[in-house]
Amino acid sequence: MEFQHVNVKLFVKNAEEVDLASLIPVFHSWIQDQAKDELLLDVADYRHVHAGPGLVLIGHQGNYSLDNTGDRLGVRYNCKAVLEGTNQDRLVQAAQAALAACQRLETEPSLAGMIQFNGREIEVFINDRLLAPNRPQTRAAANSEFRTFFSTLFGDIDYAVSYPQDPRSLFGVRATAFQSSDTATLLDNLQSLAQTTGPRWGSDEVTSACRS
Amino acid sequence: MKASNSLWKENLSGKLPEDLAHEVDHYETELGLRKQGKLDERLIAETRLRRGVYGQRYDNGQRHDGKRVQAFAYPSGNLTKGPNTLWDAPGMQRIKIPAGGLNASQLETLAELAEEYSDGIAHITTRQDVQLHYVHIDDTPTLMRRLAAARITTREACGNTVRNVTACPLAGVCQDEVFDVTPYARALSRFLLGHPDCQSFGRKFKPSFSGCVQHACGLANMHDLGLVGVTRQVDGKDVRGFAVYVGGGLGTVPYQAKLFHPFLPPEELLPIAQSIARVFARWGEKKNRNRARIKFLVHDLGIEKFKELVWEERRTLPPDPRWTQYLDRAKELKEEPLHPPGETSVSASEGFERWRKTNVRPQRQEGYSTVTVTLPLGDITANQLRALADTVRRFTRETIRTTVEQNFIIRWVSNRDLVDIYEALNAVGLGEPGAGTIVDIVTCPGTDTCKLGISSSRGLAAELRNRLAQKSFEMDAAVQNLHIKISGCFNSCGQHHVADLGFYGVSRKMAGYAVPHFQVVLGGEWEGNAESYGLPIVAVPSKNIPRVVTRLTDRYVANRQSGESFKDFVKRIGKVEIKNLLDDLTRLPADDAGPSFFSDWGDPREYSLGDLGTGECAGEVVAAIEFDLAAAECEVFDAQLDLEKGNFQQAARAAYLAMIHAAKALVKLELRDVPDDPDRIVQEFATRFYDTRKFFDSFAGGKFAQYLFAAHASSGQPANPDSARYLIDEAQLFIDASHACYNRLGAVSVA
Repeated sequence: MEFQHVNVKLFVKNAEEVDLASLIPVFHSWIQDQAKDELLLDVADYRHVHAGPGLVLIGHQGNYSLDNTGDRLGVRYNCKAVLEGTNQDRLVQAAQAALAACQRLETEPSLAGMIQFNGREIEVFINDRLLAPNRPQTRAAANSEFRTFFSTLFGDIDYAVSYPQDPRSLFGVRATAFQSSDTATLLDNLQSLAQTTGPRWGSDEVTSACRS
Repeated sequence: MKASNSLWKENLSGKLPEDLAHEVDHYETELGLRKQGKLDERLIAETRLRRGVYGQRYDNGQRHDGKRVQAFAYPSGNLTKGPNTLWDAPGMQRIKIPAGGLNASQLETLAELAEEYSDGIAHITTRQDVQLHYVHIDDTPTLMRRLAAARITTREACGNTVRNVTACPLAGVCQDEVFDVTPYARALSRFLLGHPDCQSFGRKFKPSFSGCVQHACGLANMHDLGLVGVTRQVDGKDVRGFAVYVGGGLGTVPYQAKLFHPFLPPEELLPIAQSIARVFARWGEKKNRNRARIKFLVHDLGIEKFKELVWEERRTLPPDPRWTQYLDRAKELKEEPLHPPGETSVSASEGFERWRKTNVRPQRQEGYSTVTVTLPLGDITANQLRALADTVRRFTRETIRTTVEQNFIIRWVSNRDLVDIYEALNAVGLGEPGAGTIVDIVTCPGTDTCKLGISSSRGLAAELRNRLAQKSFEMDAAVQNLHIKISGCFNSCGQHHVADLGFYGVSRKMAGYAVPHFQVVLGGEWEGNAESYGLPIVAVPSKNIPRVVTRLTDRYVANRQSGESFKDFVKRIGKVEIKNLLDDLTRLPADDAGPSFFSDWGDPREYSLGDLGTGECAGEVVAAIEFDLAAAECEVFDAQLDLEKGNFQQAARAAYLAMIHAAKALVKLELRDVPDDPDRIVQEFATRFYDTRKFFDSFAGGKFAQYLFAAHASSGQPANPDSARYLIDEAQLFIDASHACYNRLGAVSVA
């Protein structure tokens, strides 16, 4: 199966301390500086919506958001463009984009360290229901791709995975590492292209523990 | 563009109604032809608009980022999807929802589309449509196919067509209605969709149905075609019919609809609507877009002449079996509940009681209630849409409708389920109280996404909502029930004319900088199907609007007489006193808060309608022109006072002179010694500002200058209440446009 339009969400450690209003000028400054490799266009403010997309930096190739879906705040990258390469390439691209955004927010002077990421939870979604309907067959087909990706991302750290159960939801997976890593380490791990020895992977369980 | 676009057509093959499938295929081909350069950009623009594919702010590829104007380098380069509209620029998809009716699987489809093609949000509009923003045009054929598979069309959601047929969302369950107008609204919607007689209008055409005269739900008075259910006794039996109104509309200058017929039998509903459409297509203005709505045709012809033309048309119409085919089913068509009726169970929850007070309304069917799902700013997430689908399946037979107040109404909820449905909704953030109250603010998209937006209507609405929600339950009941409606510009998409407290976006120059403002519009009435329209009182900086609301509502609570409505209160104390009450709020504060006034709500960029700056020479002229424009605003305000006193001739004269003085103020920028002669002023204005297009707004063009020319040409003619009122509105808009012109000129001179 082909992964396109990969979404990656990385969770904030201290959500209660984050004031989204202070993120608005930061996103606008990213547009001013065209701070990413992608074309950045506008800022959409959905702070008024319960458990919604929060604050969205609209781009042409992808959106960045301080996303509150599921009532959990995190940085989400939504790749809108169709990308060449392998599924691993596309997973890595989306994760790198999200991690780089996290790193930039953590070090943004105007935020004075207000926002920190927990470095252990990541959600990956495929935002295309025809390519990846949320059903067991998709999960089975995607297992090895996710296994390879998370093993690279978390390095030697064990992790567990869980899947959204509602068949109407986007197909995706949440991986929770048993230990935190900082964003720089996670980015390094992705760049290292380290080959893993193969995690234990529970096939159809809702949640399963995995070891690299 | 989605990777799966090419696969969806095959995947949905056979699952779409044939006509809709063909329609989307044709549209997709046209997009392809445009990409190959074989279709003119104007044609593709009209083609997509007729399918609800709208432009969005910055789609010319330029955006002022707060420091400079950035030009976006899109992959498709200079390929356009309309004049000055780049192919890759995100756009808006409007989705028609006739009478606001949806079912659970349609809600789920909307959720999927919001997630996959938009930014995860579906937006309910003031005409019961759904809109998705930030959509790429290449995704729109697939999006339309998926909608069509759910039996939803986007056809004629925009463009010069018959727009969504709206209807009272309580139709069929309302205690006050005469009869259920739903089947008639649906029949009219089906009948006019794609009808050959509706394809050559000069502008859009909006029909609406209401089941009663006294409430606001259908807003018949502000529609091109307003249909209000009425009955007559014939041989001891109630016979159904419709009071038919034509030529209403908000827009820049609002018109109240005129009564076309007091009792039209249902079998004449479709043929008369068709005849009206034919008259509009044949006689309506085509060249001047600014006078092309049917309200101008009705006004110019007079209602009697208009009626004559329609009846003539009716006599020559070839019979169509669809006119009456639906009627047999219309009386029988009724929704059924899922659960038996019951009594409301007791809940100790304070949240439930607050919600019940504002969001639950007893149906005329005993034991059942409607439940309003309040959506802040009309927005709902994909997850909430799915939860809503689950909720309507669990408690009803999927009986849910959108409302013109940008909410949902769930119908046929057994009273015994009220606590459970509240808990189900509240669990996903859809259980907020305050439906129909001062907290339930209606707003257009404004500067967030609309190309025409001047001020941030959504930013202001969010701010007001936050402030009011905190104290709404401690407010005086009379204040709780006020309506606030906000438009980002003069075009009235937020329906500010029919609010107790209406606001529309304008810009003003203060201390050499453009400052976002809102005109405060008072005197409108939501009830009685939008019975009366408010008039602008004064322009106030956007950041002071919350204080305007507080000051006006406090004064209302303190001084209102027993049972006095806000509209009557405004009328009694008078606009002079209200203007004085707000006077200090029209100025920049002297304290540290001052700089914040140069940006808009929720947008830290320095507010701009172009690049800004000041020069010493400009500074000298600034004072002069601002003084002159302010004087013109005073005159138009005086005109309002004359209108209130019934001095229509004086009101018209004052409004006209206000325009002349605003024009003179602009002319003085170039010709310091302009004589005080209206002919010469208009001539100089035409030469210097109209012919050169300096006065032209990028979207409204020279529309507001035409107001001046028309007023000058007809000055001295007898005035009546309607004409005086229109002239006052036009004068205010001309002055607003003069401010905007001056702002632009300041920008150009510095750039």
